[in-house]
Amino acid sequence: MAGKKKLPLSGNTAIAYAVKAADVDVISAYPITPQTTIVEKLTEFVANGELDAEVIHVESEHSALSAAVGASAAGARVFTASSSQGIALMYEIMFIASSMRLPIVMAMATRALSAPINIWNDHSDFMAASDTGWVMMMAHTNQEAHDDIILAYKIAEHPDVLLPVITAIDGYFMSHTIEPVEPIEREEALKFIPKKVTWSVLDPDNPVTMGPLGTPEWYYEFKRQQHEAMKKAREVFDEATKEFEKVFGRRYEPVEYFMMDDAEYALVAMGSVAGNVKAYIVKEARKRGIKLGLIRVKLFRPFPAEEIMEVISNLKAVGVIDRALAFGSSYGGPLYGDILSAAYTRGVDTPIVNFVAGLGGRPVTFRDIKAMVDATLALDGKTRKDVPKEPYFIGVRE
Amino acid sequence: MEAVRRLRKHPLDGLLRPERLPHLWCPGCGLGIALGAILRAVKRRIEEGYLQREKTAFIGGIGCSARASLYVDFDSAHTVHGRAIPFATGLKAVRPDMKVIVIGGDGDIAGIGGNHLMHAARRNIDLLVIMMNNMVYAMTGGQLAPTTPTGLYTTTTPYGNPERPINVVKLVATMGANYVARAAVTHPPLIERYVYKALGKKGFAFIEVISTCPEVFGRHIGMRDAVDLLNALRERVVVKQRPHIDESYYEWEGGKFVLGEYVDKDDPSYLERIGVIKG
Repeated sequence: MAGKKKLPLSGNTAIAYAVKAADVDVISAYPITPQTTIVEKLTEFVANGELDAEVIHVESEHSALSAAVGASAAGARVFTASSSQGIALMYEIMFIASSMRLPIVMAMATRALSAPINIWNDHSDFMAASDTGWVMMMAHTNQEAHDDIILAYKIAEHPDVLLPVITAIDGYFMSHTIEPVEPIEREEALKFIPKKVTWSVLDPDNPVTMGPLGTPEWYYEFKRQQHEAMKKAREVFDEATKEFEKVFGRRYEPVEYFMMDDAEYALVAMGSVAGNVKAYIVKEARKRGIKLGLIRVKLFRPFPAEEIMEVISNLKAVGVIDRALAFGSSYGGPLYGDILSAAYTRGVDTPIVNFVAGLGGRPVTFRDIKAMVDATLALDGKTRKDVPKEPYFIGVRE
Repeated sequence: MEAVRRLRKHPLDGLLRPERLPHLWCPGCGLGIALGAILRAVKRRIEEGYLQREKTAFIGGIGCSARASLYVDFDSAHTVHGRAIPFATGLKAVRPDMKVIVIGGDGDIAGIGGNHLMHAARRNIDLLVIMMNNMVYAMTGGQLAPTTPTGLYTTTTPYGNPERPINVVKLVATMGANYVARAAVTHPPLIERYVYKALGKKGFAFIEVISTCPEVFGRHIGMRDAVDLLNALRERVVVKQRPHIDESYYEWEGGKFVLGEYVDKDDPSYLERIGVIKG
């Protein structure tokens, strides 16, 4: 596959190209910054005849996901996209989509939540979706954002999974930033994700009712099955990424490790801020002799606890960067909460500290990362009892 | 210097927050014309002693138009997309002595918040809702709105809009509002007159202001120049004293925008019905 043609694509356009390659049948669209150009590009593809899909210009995000649920229940391959308040408005239907086991794929260009109104990037919207029963991934490059869509359909439509999937990119930092992307052509995409209805659909010849009352005698079993499906999603993710590498030559892991081979300390991050950390490691930390590495979480749900803990257990200290806040929680940032639970249940004693940074689009600078690294290094030789009980709020005016 | 300072003073400065200016609206946008006319009406009502500034609130949702609530020097709230009317309803219920004015765009008021508009009108709650209709989702860059005329090009309908626009005037009239009027930025005195009148009405008052967005609406239909778009709208505008409700449907190609007061009646308002104020 080497030497294929690359195009200069923004994160949003890269996603639109992948959706075109996946040959989706229905797109429901409602504009919201910074996602809008994804569906804008898709309507252009449809209007040009490059993609044979129905575009539904709905009147709200609640309707966008509802229309997606309806179309998926009718057996269509469905796509929608949103951000921030749009995700918040979809919240009700997100649970419906996952409980009805409909393999909808939604792209999310992450953005802060109101109030105050803020159109810039953080992970508040993504984290708010974390317990809705969707498989969740976050990309780090525009190529990955493109590939994630193809992987998402592979995972979502797998008969053992049948869960909706969110593929996220960071708003503006990725959604509106251009990088070289090697687009996957429709023919090769459809070999990887053939169009086959693997899920229960409405069928007039054999009528079923979807989503009726689940009494106390039955409701719990549905939830247990969703839990099992999420575990299966992890197996299928591993199979799918292996097959993806064979076909397209690009390898994705649930967790990306950067300079971790000899690392003694690590920062854990998601999304575009991982790029800043990588640059800091190369340009600053390693030059000063600090054996710092990066653990980038790509797959967030199901959470890849085992592999993260395997690496963390050998380190002297770890810092977790959260770009969202779990107000009133016992931990601080949502990613930190997952890491701590994983550490407790796997008996990992490494001191792990939390940093909250970059809320509402505030840049995470080298100076900020240095502060995080210093605080992480200060835990060298300490135990988990010495870890601050409050997160460090990096780059905020107190 | 004093002369310069005096010159720079705008007649509506006292009602605006100059520290928030310049506003975010693009050159050639119709929203400034409309806000000026609205504030002139509000000013007259204040000067007459009918309105008290400390008992007047401006509520906006999300969008270019909704930003008006940021620029006026009154109590104001910038709420969530589509939810300005529920916010205003709550405010009015607790502070029936206040005059609550909602300013929003067509996507905000008639699209994502359309359900709230219907029910506020049905309830005939004592609010003034001013919907600036530029017929497109402007702030996000010009996507198809539920008010976009059939056949027009937008960023999400590059080969023309196959859908029909919602007739908001007729919808609100059908739901039983006490006052329903349509104005346009081509005729600012009409906006002022209707707002002035609506501020004196009990029950639900609704004014649609047809506005111009040369930047993202005009651009896609070949009229990026603000004057061209304003003239194109002016050619399509017809003013009537009491137009029939059936004249309210609009089209762009070969169509008309009939301005005027469609509904003007004095049915019991919501606050009267629940006994908060005397009829």
